[in-house]
Amino acid sequence: MSGEILNDVSTGFDFHLTENQKMIADMIRKFGKEEILPHLMHWDEEQIFPVDLFRKMGELGLMGVLVPQEYGGAGLTYTEYVTVISEIGKMCGAIGLSVAAHNSLCTGHILQFGNEEQKRKYLPKLATGQWIGAWGLTEANTGSDAMRMKCVARKEGDYWIINGTKNWITHGISGDVVVVLVRTGELLDSHGITAFIVERGTPGFRAGKKENKLGMRASETAELIFENCKVHESQIIGQPGEGFIQAMKVLDGGRISIAALSLGIAKGALEASVKYAKERHQFGQPIANFQAIAFKLADMATEVEAAELLTFKAADLKNKEEKVTRHSAFAKYYASEVAVKVSTEAVQIFGGYGYTKDFPVEKYYRDSKLCTIGEGTSEIQKLVIARDILK
Amino acid sequence: MLYLHSFEIMKILVPISNVPDTTSKISFTDNDTRFNGQGITWIVNPYDEWYALVRALELKESGKADKVTIIHVGLSDSEPTIRKGLALGADDAVRINAESSDSLYVAYQIADYAKNNSYELILTGKESIQYNGSAVGSMIAALLDYPFLSQASFLDLNGTTLTLHVETEGGIKVVEGQAPAVVSCAKGMAEQRIPNMRGIMAARTKPLQTLDPKPFRQNVKVRNFGLNPGRSECKLFTEDQLDKLVEALHKEAKVI
Repeated sequence: MSGEILNDVSTGFDFHLTENQKMIADMIRKFGKEEILPHLMHWDEEQIFPVDLFRKMGELGLMGVLVPQEYGGAGLTYTEYVTVISEIGKMCGAIGLSVAAHNSLCTGHILQFGNEEQKRKYLPKLATGQWIGAWGLTEANTGSDAMRMKCVARKEGDYWIINGTKNWITHGISGDVVVVLVRTGELLDSHGITAFIVERGTPGFRAGKKENKLGMRASETAELIFENCKVHESQIIGQPGEGFIQAMKVLDGGRISIAALSLGIAKGALEASVKYAKERHQFGQPIANFQAIAFKLADMATEVEAAELLTFKAADLKNKEEKVTRHSAFAKYYASEVAVKVSTEAVQIFGGYGYTKDFPVEKYYRDSKLCTIGEGTSEIQKLVIARDILK
Repeated sequence: MLYLHSFEIMKILVPISNVPDTTSKISFTDNDTRFNGQGITWIVNPYDEWYALVRALELKESGKADKVTIIHVGLSDSEPTIRKGLALGADDAVRINAESSDSLYVAYQIADYAKNNSYELILTGKESIQYNGSAVGSMIAALLDYPFLSQASFLDLNGTTLTLHVETEGGIKVVEGQAPAVVSCAKGMAEQRIPNMRGIMAARTKPLQTLDPKPFRQNVKVRNFGLNPGRSECKLFTEDQLDKLVEALHKEAKVI
């Protein structure tokens, strides 16, 4: 099945998983079997964000996959990162989403654009899971249209005063530190937005309402509220006005995260379906014997494989520091749509059982839908791709 | 054979086997003379890893031992498995470059290395899950003239004094011994460990030495393998077929 792909000698492409990837996948499966699988339905039902789990994952190095070892991270590449997120996503989309958001958004922003002092101060805590990170761009009225954001900061001596709200922020309540994108210039000016690092406990900064979601329920999503929140200028990442450009680059990498997460969910749903189709008997034989089911599985497996190739290609380009905008959009768009399609078919294959919470596929079905929405909808991905190919 | 040992440094040697994952489907090739490794995930023999290696690492971490070395007799395709052991925290590894399914041959290579590099404590798993011979540990002990302490479920080390527990049917035997020794490790000695990312990365740069085998006869070779016949269909007998039931139990099942 997917993952074990032929080595194409004619082109020199090597599609084999590396020994590191295999060891990491094995490590995550062992860890997940003990620490995730027994609890995931409880967390899902109760919308519990399991903070302790993230500390444990921090000890394993899963909270700072891309962070260099000198800052307390694992110092690995996007290739291993995709393995991490997809393996976790295969077990629980919500946990995968939180690990992805922590690694690529908050931690990723500081890693890519923070100065040495900021990196020394925040990365070791984030990479070891001692602190959980959040990242705030979206607002209630500005999702895809981020440049119209209303959250503003004005300068007052060496400080900036932030006012406004951010919505649908992963780890909005439990995050110990947040990177927040705030307007400091004119409306619609792409150089009018600035990134600030704000720590939990800063006066004037608090969490608002926690969202009650369809899926990804163990991943906390909440509002951030800033009321005359005073932040020192040393908390600005890069220069004032660079925030939007930084955010777009962070999202280029973030798309690989969501592609990997989608891949994991799709793989989980496919594996469960293959197993079930072989075990479930109707009309005196396993339902896998019926072409109606077998062809579904064939389509699902083919799409998962294609999603995997797109995702690893985007990761490879990112590793080589090549421009990844188009390819990360390819991967995010396709893999997320595949996750929804494959988990939908999985529910169909499971039939009535698939509709119940005693079987795993209804959760894949609910979790998958986030993937075509979060970090840029499928429609936005198409916009990004179209702009790039029409340039 | 008697050796003089200085215990300024306590080095532990952990022999590991490269075995198919427990969920593997077993089949054979080349006229049933070779195990079919196609599509098989290879792992460190669980008894070697969870109990012997992890306990060795715990002893090192608590300051009771100084160094943990993994040793494996096998070809280069088992290096990924060796690195799994290094990822867990072993200091270094040695691979004796030889293929063998002969326990004495394997034990000889390990004993030879242990002797020449003064390892005072050798921890093995109680058996490997592919051949289940439980032979290599005791053979190493015999070749080195070390005591063999078998099937320990607990092991502690104080200087050179070993304390171990051996579970018996319905009870526990507490045994004391002196290093140098070979201990075979059973369930309960340690908890499974999961390597972290740093360990996995570090495994790539830790020393993995390859040595040629010392000449030694291979006494045994596997002629061919076979699978157990699968479970046959369940036979049902009605109350009035007692004779047939007895006959089937006697002639087919051969249990009475």
